[in-house]
Amino acid sequence: MSGHPTYVPTHPAAQWLERRLPILGLLHSSFVVFPNPRNLNYWWTFGGILSFMLAAQIATGVVLVMHYTPQASLAFASVEHIMRDVNYGWLFRYAHANGASMFFVALYIHMFRGMYYGSYKEPREVLWLLGILIYLLTIATAFMGYVLPWGQMSFWGATVITSLFSAVPFVGDSITTWLWGGYAVDNATLNRFFSLHYLLPFMIAGVVVLHIWALHVPGSNNPTGLEPKTAKDTLPFHPYFTVKDGFALACFLIFFSWFIFYVPNYLNHADNYIEANPLQTPAHIVPEWYYLPFYAILRSIPSKLGGTIAMFAAVLIFAFLPWLDSSRIKSAVYRPLYKIAFWAFVVCAVLLGYVGAQPPEGVYVLAARLLTAYYFLHFLVILPLLGIYEKPRPLPASIADSVLGPPKEAIHADANPAHPRKSG
Amino acid sequence: MVASTITDEPTRRDFLFIATGAVGVVGAAAAVWPFLSQMSPDATTLAAASIEVDIGNIAPGQIVTVKWRGKPVFISHRTPAEIEAARATPLSELPDPATDESRAPNPEWLIVVGICTHLGCVPIGNEGPYNGYFCPCHGSVYDASGRIRQGPAPSNLAIPPYKFAGDAKVTIG
Amino acid sequence: MSLFPRKMRVGAGVALALIAMLVLAASGTKGLASDDAATNAPAGSHDVKTPKRQAWSFYGPFGKFDQAQLQRGLQVFREVCATCHSLKSIAFRDLAAPGGPDFSEAQAKALAADYKIKDGPNDAGDMFERPGRLSDYFPWNFPNAQAARAAFGALPPDLSVIAKARTYHRGFPLFLVDPIIQYQEHGADYIYALLTGYARSEDPNWNEYFPGHKIAMPNPLSDGAVDYADGSPKTVRQYAKDVSAFLMWTAEPKLEERKAIGFRVLVFLCVFAGLLYFVKRKIWARVHDDAGGTH
Repeated sequence: MSGHPTYVPTHPAAQWLERRLPILGLLHSSFVVFPNPRNLNYWWTFGGILSFMLAAQIATGVVLVMHYTPQASLAFASVEHIMRDVNYGWLFRYAHANGASMFFVALYIHMFRGMYYGSYKEPREVLWLLGILIYLLTIATAFMGYVLPWGQMSFWGATVITSLFSAVPFVGDSITTWLWGGYAVDNATLNRFFSLHYLLPFMIAGVVVLHIWALHVPGSNNPTGLEPKTAKDTLPFHPYFTVKDGFALACFLIFFSWFIFYVPNYLNHADNYIEANPLQTPAHIVPEWYYLPFYAILRSIPSKLGGTIAMFAAVLIFAFLPWLDSSRIKSAVYRPLYKIAFWAFVVCAVLLGYVGAQPPEGVYVLAARLLTAYYFLHFLVILPLLGIYEKPRPLPASIADSVLGPPKEAIHADANPAHPRKSG
Repeated sequence: MVASTITDEPTRRDFLFIATGAVGVVGAAAAVWPFLSQMSPDATTLAAASIEVDIGNIAPGQIVTVKWRGKPVFISHRTPAEIEAARATPLSELPDPATDESRAPNPEWLIVVGICTHLGCVPIGNEGPYNGYFCPCHGSVYDASGRIRQGPAPSNLAIPPYKFAGDAKVTIG
Repeated sequence: MSLFPRKMRVGAGVALALIAMLVLAASGTKGLASDDAATNAPAGSHDVKTPKRQAWSFYGPFGKFDQAQLQRGLQVFREVCATCHSLKSIAFRDLAAPGGPDFSEAQAKALAADYKIKDGPNDAGDMFERPGRLSDYFPWNFPNAQAARAAFGALPPDLSVIAKARTYHRGFPLFLVDPIIQYQEHGADYIYALLTGYARSEDPNWNEYFPGHKIAMPNPLSDGAVDYADGSPKTVRQYAKDVSAFLMWTAEPKLEERKAIGFRVLVFLCVFAGLLYFVKRKIWARVHDDAGGTH
């Protein structure tokens, strides 16, 4: 993808294939000799971890489908059948259910790393937009997957979220009826969610290919936000970053395994072990943790349409980051005020998540409104203004200088505008 | 998944790299096992093993088909003539030699799995030149003891485990 | 300093923390109150008591079910709970499966044969009853949910996964500590508390742990109601404890297998991650040496 014609196949079979389909050369240039900035830290390993998690979710999901029954009166029992009777069925189900959470853990770290180091800025806007598209598809996939066990939270979560569309003026009710395939969430809804839940991960995988393609045009951003200028600034992907990613993945799997094997139901909700009952709503409907900040935003607006708009806006606003952030400096390392704003936003998001899990009463209502206001303030006011008023710290001359020490003659940021490396 | 080989380096045979690669391969192999094992019959399938059949109403010469483990089982109430013919057959005429005594310890009753040993079709009872079973798919012919006599099937019809419970009942499985 | 660079010390620290978490979880119930029913801490605005954590044999990374306790719990279920409740996910064969009450196959068969199972239709087209087999599931005293609701005024829930379907709120910051100490027995603790929480003898439907206090199920247990053969105390607390453990097993029959495999997986991953760390250091040492730096 990046044009490093250094691959010379030696084995006759490889030569034969390469003349007909140069796929080995493509893999070689993309994942072996591809030059990565040498100063990438461990926050950059989550892209690889996410690739692994996507593959793991697809693999365990394909297994679960072999034993699951997408039928309203049988779905709940078929999940129990998987847990009890299928060989290692409990392992696949717990790995898949907790895997969804782990996917979001890695996804959020990956996104916030991009925000901290300004990875969405020129020339990586399309890369960022593709990432947001993956995020949206992942949200939809996880939501529909959570419906499949057909427990109380599955059913009422599906009811609440699909009912959001009834806020659309004039055609809202028609839309929800169309989404459900009936007059309420029922067997038809379960079946279409099952179908789409199986389809979307492969669409995600397709967008991931585009995401990596878009990554390999300008190459990775890095903690300095400077673009590589000389060979000294980069190292080949293999073995330096394969082994680093591998080590990080092993550590992540330790974290993941702790959940699968020791606290497999910690991230779940107890009510989802009660079979769906269309006649009785649970006392507190709470979505999975990864939606909680958006759920808090939804509830903070005392208007059905307004809350729905605010919630979707809170997700989609990430797509506008490249144009909302007015600073030419990428990395927060050289932006003292942005660094504060970034961490304030992290705290805001975490608090929104906490508030989203609490009942909508008393002090939580006020907190949700204040936090929602700050959430949008960060994107719409703070980010555009910071770039104008903030005085950045001096940038190092090059990536190599930032790693290897002697930046005797560090130059000022303004004298060193980031310029995209030529590709191709 | 990553650390198996470090190519084109003098340290390739370094013990640390080999050990890491070996551990990684062992881990990957162990992770593959559940993926294979989950496709084996599950506990419900293994448990649904035995059925009880009332055979009091089966007339001599009649063959009744019952379902056991998802497969047809033939319960044949044999006539004296059939028993005699089956017992008199010399083993030398059989492609898969087995005595009728071993296949039907209670000579009145022959109980066999109704799956042709060729490619899994269901043979038709009281048919064929040996007045036993005839498979319509590829023309295999079995005798009244369920033994292969002609055609492409390699072996006799299988005998499921069974037990007579009194005169009128048999438990299969 | 140069012998143990910073990252290595971080790694060692993480490994130590992991071991500490395992040890903490393995010994976690030691400091807990034993059988005392409950704390008096009122939880929230509803004046409902918070269940107290009990010492369970199946808690922690090496937790296992106590077979004798599961057998007693089954007895309580059969003689008390089964009057109203179903247990539809449990087959008689499960009673003889590894990691459960550990009945022999013959015992499980005999137990199954105690039950009449509806089967059919037979050759005449009629449904009939026959003794239970290992492959059968626990039958219910009621033909359907409507019949049970008509009899009791409320539907007694199925108990197969009830120990995972019930919980109580731990609040901040305890809910953050729970995954570290591997506390997953909220459901069992809640059931135990509920069964021992009928505090007003004049009102058998008043329970101090039930939200709103008015529970449809009247106090089901009384001292001496179930005759244990193994000499265990015939008290409500013992019954409640045993049946709570039994219901944890019905909800999570693969718990022992899960924890045993989990420990092996974690040990493997820690070794593998450690090896990868040293491989990574060795490979990256090349560029650091080239540059003369020590990062």
